[in-house]
Amino acid sequence: MTAADVVGQLRDGMTLGIGGWGARRKPMALVREILRSPLTDLTLVSYGGPDVGLLCAAGRVRRLVFGFVTLDVIALDAHFRRARQAGDFEITEIDEGMFQWGLRAAAMRLPFLPTRAGLATDVQARNPELKTISSPYDDGETLLAMPALRLDAALVHVDQADSRGNGQVLGPDPYFDDLFCAAADHAYLSCERITTADEMLKDGCVHSLLINRSQVSGVVEVPLGAHPTGCSPSYGIDAAHLKEYSAAAADEQAWGAYRERYLDVDHAAYIKNAGGRDHITAIPPTIY
Amino acid sequence: MAANETAKDEQAAGDSTLAELCIAAAARAWADDGELLASGLGTAPRLAAGLAWLTLNPDLMMTDSECMLVGEPVPLGPRGDYRPKVEGWLPFRAIFDLIAGGRRHAMTMPTQIDRYGGTNISVIGDYDHPKVALLGVRGIPGNTINHPCSFFIPSHSTRSFVESVDMLSGVSYDPSRWPAGARREFHDYRLVVSNLAVLDFGGTDDQGARTMRLVSTHPGVSVEQVQEATGFELALADNIVETPAPTAEQLAVLRDRLDPHNLRATVFPPAKSSAAKKG
Repeated sequence: MTAADVVGQLRDGMTLGIGGWGARRKPMALVREILRSPLTDLTLVSYGGPDVGLLCAAGRVRRLVFGFVTLDVIALDAHFRRARQAGDFEITEIDEGMFQWGLRAAAMRLPFLPTRAGLATDVQARNPELKTISSPYDDGETLLAMPALRLDAALVHVDQADSRGNGQVLGPDPYFDDLFCAAADHAYLSCERITTADEMLKDGCVHSLLINRSQVSGVVEVPLGAHPTGCSPSYGIDAAHLKEYSAAAADEQAWGAYRERYLDVDHAAYIKNAGGRDHITAIPPTIY
Repeated sequence: MAANETAKDEQAAGDSTLAELCIAAAARAWADDGELLASGLGTAPRLAAGLAWLTLNPDLMMTDSECMLVGEPVPLGPRGDYRPKVEGWLPFRAIFDLIAGGRRHAMTMPTQIDRYGGTNISVIGDYDHPKVALLGVRGIPGNTINHPCSFFIPSHSTRSFVESVDMLSGVSYDPSRWPAGARREFHDYRLVVSNLAVLDFGGTDDQGARTMRLVSTHPGVSVEQVQEATGFELALADNIVETPAPTAEQLAVLRDRLDPHNLRATVFPPAKSSAAKKG
């Protein structure tokens, strides 16, 4: 598949899960492909980074399901902030662990999973659709019933995959990318390289084979497809680019200039404008 | 200890900066925790966790602030040739499990905190059209209901210590906020360290709910000053002391080992100039 083929499978109004975490291993080439399409009215489910900021800035978001939006190297995403303050979209703001539980419930075809997280806070008060349950056992504890976060589609970026959709993550943290895939009707992987399982096992141990093909509907090879987020160990977060991206939230003119240089162009031109392959692969792993 | 060593201690302590004093005060949050994950989120809390591990509680565990458990605290900033001493794997999924299991004590830096320890990191102002959108609640709801938490607030004022937070992101000791039947015994707030004082939740209101209590003030700060900078009435400990200075050992560990690039100098934002205030 190509990135355009993936976006061609998506429809207005869909609930779309985006893998990665903050400014870490986000499927940014696929997000930019969405921005080049008319796709809109999306419910986004994301441990948010510049994926959320860009889609907010472009007005494609109807509802955001999130625990945070951050660029890691810059605490707050200026585009998200601007849109959130303007009340541009509806929000479901939940705890990070509730978020994981929602994906897990969806992956397991359960209506909900119980948790304590969110009780006794405004997460409960601001999301009146969240219900509590009483434990049916002797303890009778009141728990929050986190509803399944079923996704129409998920987009995930991994290091390597085979052509059937077995995906490998070589970085130290898999985040929740396998859960995003399992929670989705259709999951699409972008990857640095399409190869074979034999080759993948030369680059990482069997535990790095995170995603199995039954959970994946399509694979796209997009080298540097996570930029400007990091794809450790291949390249770190591009802090300089994220600064430029943040500055583009200043006004229409700044946003227009950023869009012209980085969004209204194909992936090859994007990489060239972002400094080229050698520049990006020389970005050291991010230190936290 | 020889007399000259005592003198050296006093001298070193006398030389400590406000940031060093506060980091040492914050480190005491983990002193009696035994073996659990000490998470310090932000420069000062992270330094405090490392200091606690190296000088107060050798059983603590920490990560490299990404996803590896390490055998000693990782110094802040550029590492040069230093390599973290990895001894385990703790990706976010495992951290979430650990949070639910309670083997963690986190220190965070909320934007607002109230009398009952309710905190806010979501928005300032109206929820639907906020004046300022912050990060979002992150893991704070789950952290605060599951395991011990402490707070570091670098700018003690009526804007940060408020009567009522704008979006209750972490649970509070206010019983009216809790649904019937919820288990409250894992909720456990320990310390609040600010640029003015050290506080805990040893106070009680008319209904017997725990409230924030002033325990010590930093050198040169009066009880009245702390109360004036607080947007609610503080309970007062029976014997409010001066916040103890770091020991010479703590200062050496902090300066030479944990924070060689002096990132602690950025913990407190520089005071606004009078010109800026007029503007």
